[in-house]
Amino acid sequence: MPKFTDIASARRAAEHGKASRSVARFEVRFTRYLDQDGQPVAELPAFAHDAARLVPMYRHMVLTRMFDERAVALQRTGQLGTYPSSLGQEATAVGIGETMARDDVLLCSYRETGTMLVRGVRMSDILLYWGGDERGMAYAHPGEPRQDFPIFVPIASQAPQAVGVAYALKLRREPRVAVCVLGDGGSSKGDFYEALNAAGVWQLPVVFVIVNNGWAISVPRETQSHAQTLAQKAIAAGIDGEQVDGNDLIAVYDVLERALGKARRGGGPHVVEALTYRMHDHTTADDSRRYRSVEELESQRALDPVERVRKHLVRAGSWTEPDEQRLEADLSAQLEQAVKEYLGTDAPAPKSMFDHLFAQLPSALEPQRDELAAEGDACKK
Amino acid sequence: MQEITLVEAVNQALAHELATDPRVVLLGQDVGVNGGVFRATAGLLERFGKERVIDTPLAETLIAGMSIGLAAQGFRPVAEIQFMGFIYSTIDQILNHASRLRNRTRGRLSCPMVLRAPSGAGIHAPEHHSECTETLFAHIPGLRVVVPSSPARAYGLLLAAIRDPDPVIFLEPTRLYRLFKEYVPDNGEALPLDVCFQLRGGTDVTLVSWGAAVRETLAAADALAQSGVSAEVIDVATVAPLDMRTILDSVEKTGRCVIVHEAARNVGVGAEIAARLADEGLLTLLAPIRRVTGYDAVVPLAKLEHHYMPQTERIVGAVRDVLEAA
Repeated sequence: MPKFTDIASARRAAEHGKASRSVARFEVRFTRYLDQDGQPVAELPAFAHDAARLVPMYRHMVLTRMFDERAVALQRTGQLGTYPSSLGQEATAVGIGETMARDDVLLCSYRETGTMLVRGVRMSDILLYWGGDERGMAYAHPGEPRQDFPIFVPIASQAPQAVGVAYALKLRREPRVAVCVLGDGGSSKGDFYEALNAAGVWQLPVVFVIVNNGWAISVPRETQSHAQTLAQKAIAAGIDGEQVDGNDLIAVYDVLERALGKARRGGGPHVVEALTYRMHDHTTADDSRRYRSVEELESQRALDPVERVRKHLVRAGSWTEPDEQRLEADLSAQLEQAVKEYLGTDAPAPKSMFDHLFAQLPSALEPQRDELAAEGDACKK
Repeated sequence: MQEITLVEAVNQALAHELATDPRVVLLGQDVGVNGGVFRATAGLLERFGKERVIDTPLAETLIAGMSIGLAAQGFRPVAEIQFMGFIYSTIDQILNHASRLRNRTRGRLSCPMVLRAPSGAGIHAPEHHSECTETLFAHIPGLRVVVPSSPARAYGLLLAAIRDPDPVIFLEPTRLYRLFKEYVPDNGEALPLDVCFQLRGGTDVTLVSWGAAVRETLAAADALAQSGVSAEVIDVATVAPLDMRTILDSVEKTGRCVIVHEAARNVGVGAEIAARLADEGLLTLLAPIRRVTGYDAVVPLAKLEHHYMPQTERIVGAVRDVLEAA
């Protein structure tokens, strides 16, 4: 294979005297460590040999899966509102959370439950939110990530805000990173391009993760963009972009750890496209059988990210069947405790909708609050 | 002390806050090196540096979203949108996020940002540079919308907006930027938000206005005084949330009300004021409420814009109508 310098000089020679010449060339890399059977395809990074680091990550992946399953069951039985399961995306979500430092700032979409759990958001809070209670976004308990943003529902609207957060961190000379997580659909939006562009201009400490799960509700990846990769969208903004196997926890962690480290050291922004697959419907209000084949869905089962880590751990002798049983029993108890707490939480007082509208309610709005309070009291009687 | 224009008063307020509060940053297109297309930020880059006076890429959604990120991190961003006609792509960020971040997080995060934009017609500007669409923002809960009508009120209200712990849309009447001057001492004294200003006392009719139209409203009050009609003039200033108490008290005294605004009539802030008067002050009214406003037509280009904006004669005519009614 010719060396790059050979290609460059050959190209220069061929282009000599031509009106047009190549002025820029780019490359997008893809990283994977474990194949679908959990077998290494390359030499693993050091942390992947360290069960003390890998097992807690695996634990969060299993917890995320159990939480999603329980939340869907709660919705199906009328005990929770519409819920977006992250089934199949656990490696990406947990990998993001595990690489972030405690005081980094997360701005993510609604399918990053795994990331939020790693960040310390309580399960009962996540349930409260999807059950229709704003207090689920208050993160009022010790250990919850006080500066993280509540999930973003309008697609990609977190991207410009992540730029603002990163600008603030840079202005204060703090070694912290803003992490912006959006989907393949989000990467089509102007918000995303405007944010990428600005992050490049100011070389801000922000990492954009495109969770490419193949589907934006019913619209498949190929309808979203003709670009060969979504990671290459970074290149137009002068930012490094790369792909990673989003169902390979070790690859996600490795790639993101380097991206966040670079941003933290003042090396500027980075884009990571994580290739994964949405195994569930878009939300509990969706039926994906309307637009995708059962065959496609079934073919993805072999790529399961949770199984992949488990196989790796078992092969390394770090995990046994009794370990698995203990883990499930332990997580199940935690989960049921959270469900109990959620179901036992009374609805907030109606007038609380005015409590945090402004720092101090303008007197012009006091009559409306009082009107609502009076109605609430009348209803009670 | 020199008299200054409204745009100079804006500059003076921005400089004061940059100098006294390290959390304040400015951002927008051309706000840095160029000092703003209207020179509202002239000289500020030189004084406060490019980290705090930020020339952004040409991207309005970014400017609004970035302000939210900065605000949630404890800064006090003051963003400039070059003209009201280019503000619409910020509405997603303002409506979905800025106005509700505090509410969504039950007070954990907040959004003390100001979004400034020149607003309104009357300077022979190109297309999409003359809109007056404060109503779009006034409809959004959790947001303040402030429109100054003089250099002194621009200074005092902008100080208040920057110091306010919640998001403020601050709409500067382009037509007034250099129309007249006032003494505006740079004393750092803010004016109160959420209250109307009574600019002139009167007994026969209440004229309610804000922004550039206050100019013609005051001229109409002068003209009416010549013929013995005593008009009270109220500058609403904060169009959301609305201080109806001041307006209701005035109408209780005069029994008549004419509302004057440059924005289109349909679902304008004037409609809300009229509805509230009908609801809470009907028995004090001696005559129907009248509105003198921009028409429900697309703001015309330069040759017709003066026909669009409320003129003094139209205001005087409306007052004569309500006086004849009772």
